[in-house]
Amino acid sequence: MFDELRDLYQEVILDHGKSPRNFRHLENATCLAHGNNPICGDMLVVYLTLDDDGRITDVAFQGEGCAISMASASMMTEILKGKTRDEAKRLYEGFHDMCTKDGFDLSELGDFDEDAIDRLKMLSGVREFPIRVKCATLAWHTMQAAVDGEQEISTE
Amino acid sequence: MNEESTAVDIAPRNPQQALPGDNSTAAPPGAYDIERIRADFPILKQKVYGKPLVYLDNGASAQKPQHVLDAMNEAYETYYSNVHRGVHWTSQASTESFEGSRKKVAAFLNAASENEIIFTRGATEAINLVAASWGGANLNPGDEVILSHMEHHSNIVPWQILRQQKGIELKIVPIDDDGNFLFDEYEKMLSEKTKMVAVTHVSNALGTIVPVEDVIRLAHDKGALVLLDGCQAVPHMAVDVQALDADFYVFSGHKLYGPTGIGVLWGREDLLNAMPPYQSGGDMISSVTFEKTTFKKSPHRFEAGTPAIVEAIGLGAALDYVGAIGLGNISAHEQGVLQYASERLQAVEGLRIIGQAREKASIVSFVIDGIHAHDLGTFVDRAGVAVRVGHHCAQPVMERYGIAATARASFGLYNTRNEVDVLTDALTDAKEFFG
Ligand SMILES: Cc1ncc(COP(=O)(O)O)c(C=O)c1O
Repeated sequence: MFDELRDLYQEVILDHGKSPRNFRHLENATCLAHGNNPICGDMLVVYLTLDDDGRITDVAFQGEGCAISMASASMMTEILKGKTRDEAKRLYEGFHDMCTKDGFDLSELGDFDEDAIDRLKMLSGVREFPIRVKCATLAWHTMQAAVDGEQEISTE
Repeated sequence: MNEESTAVDIAPRNPQQALPGDNSTAAPPGAYDIERIRADFPILKQKVYGKPLVYLDNGASAQKPQHVLDAMNEAYETYYSNVHRGVHWTSQASTESFEGSRKKVAAFLNAASENEIIFTRGATEAINLVAASWGGANLNPGDEVILSHMEHHSNIVPWQILRQQKGIELKIVPIDDDGNFLFDEYEKMLSEKTKMVAVTHVSNALGTIVPVEDVIRLAHDKGALVLLDGCQAVPHMAVDVQALDADFYVFSGHKLYGPTGIGVLWGREDLLNAMPPYQSGGDMISSVTFEKTTFKKSPHRFEAGTPAIVEAIGLGAALDYVGAIGLGNISAHEQGVLQYASERLQAVEGLRIIGQAREKASIVSFVIDGIHAHDLGTFVDRAGVAVRVGHHCAQPVMERYGIAATARASFGLYNTRNEVDVLTDALTDAKEFFG
């Protein structure tokens, strides 16, 4: 029983879940969005600062949720810093596919930092726990909504 | 089609009277034969992830005994037809069985008449019916409706919509830290402006049993009506709407070991017959011309269209089943499990029970320090344990305790202390796992 659960809750995930990185309010955010998963009550805010070229110079989040949603948000902020708007969108789509499609390899996205990609891959365990997919993707949906200029999203 | 076509005594034979269900469920006095009861529920033999299913989510929906499954199957296999509209044998038999269920519900609640029993899709629809029909006809700007802080969303939102439409005010009775209904506050809220008190009989999120007799007495002193949401009460205790002196009582069949898609609104006959229809169409009219339509009396006034026929029959079978065991016996058994669960859970390090009211039904909500309820739910699921995690459609309760979610074990008539042990062990493992 523990083995399967370990696939979902890897040590790194538990660590990010307990001590999320970039967990703060971003004073000078140029866009933000609220994400909300009404089924489990997860709520978070993602803040981004985009420069004139559409590059993410800073990204942070705040909120409350399960280990999966907190870890996913934390890891997302780590990989997004310095990425362009388009790169962020490709990562969002890639992450989404990884969580929902069997046999999808995030490495195929290419030209992203390998370590960061490997870390994201640790969340692919949610594929075996369909009800938890939304926990993993909430932060990403919220980020994408912020970049697209929407303020509120809900994964239902 | 006229009113008489609904009479229940004309069918030549009611196949349901020859139900196959065995009587093994009637426990001898003093004994509660849990193994025989469990054997009546096919799903309890199910394994999940290779482990016996430990189903502790009865508050969301209860499992169905063979007796209910058989009654529904038998209806479809031997006498099914539409009701209230055929001269043929199957329609008469179906009508008799369907109306027979109405009589069973009336007996179950000790209603004065089966005309007071309206079949709905569930509690949600029943509350919406009262809010729209009674509220729409009787409430005026400035009138007040009192709710409690423990309501399920289904007993909040219909009144909020009415507030928008009618300019009424909503007043909310607070609860204390243990989840007790603050009776003094309630008393202060009541006034001549109060027209309706709509409160839960038992809280789905906390297990609190609300002192509804006193709630009703004081409301009536001010001339207000009382609607009780009995969803979480009827599976656990005998309810007598006349003794309570309630005005409306609602519940859902699926939490009472019956099928989904069927629920009950009980209302006092004089009130019901003074209320305008909720939905309109076939089966609820006495006569229709293009100039004028006259409506039937309750219950048919409120049952437009083809009802959930076999579901109503299934609910009747569920009431037979529960009745054979006896709600007194069920309550005694569940209270034992509840007490055991409260003790065992409290002993889990870092676990806090949310809702410790003086009187509780067999529902235990809890949180564990440092572990989100959702992660707990996934973890214990792998041990075969089904609990609900989240806000339980009672977000104001969560907000009251400053938490986003709880895990909730809600025990039914077939749950055992052994299953409490499985839950407790899984939680202890979770503590270790999440560190
Ligand atoms: C107290 C309470 N009221 C109302 C409801 C709504 O019941 P239904 O969804 O069957 O209409 C529930 C079910 O969760 C409940 O627990």
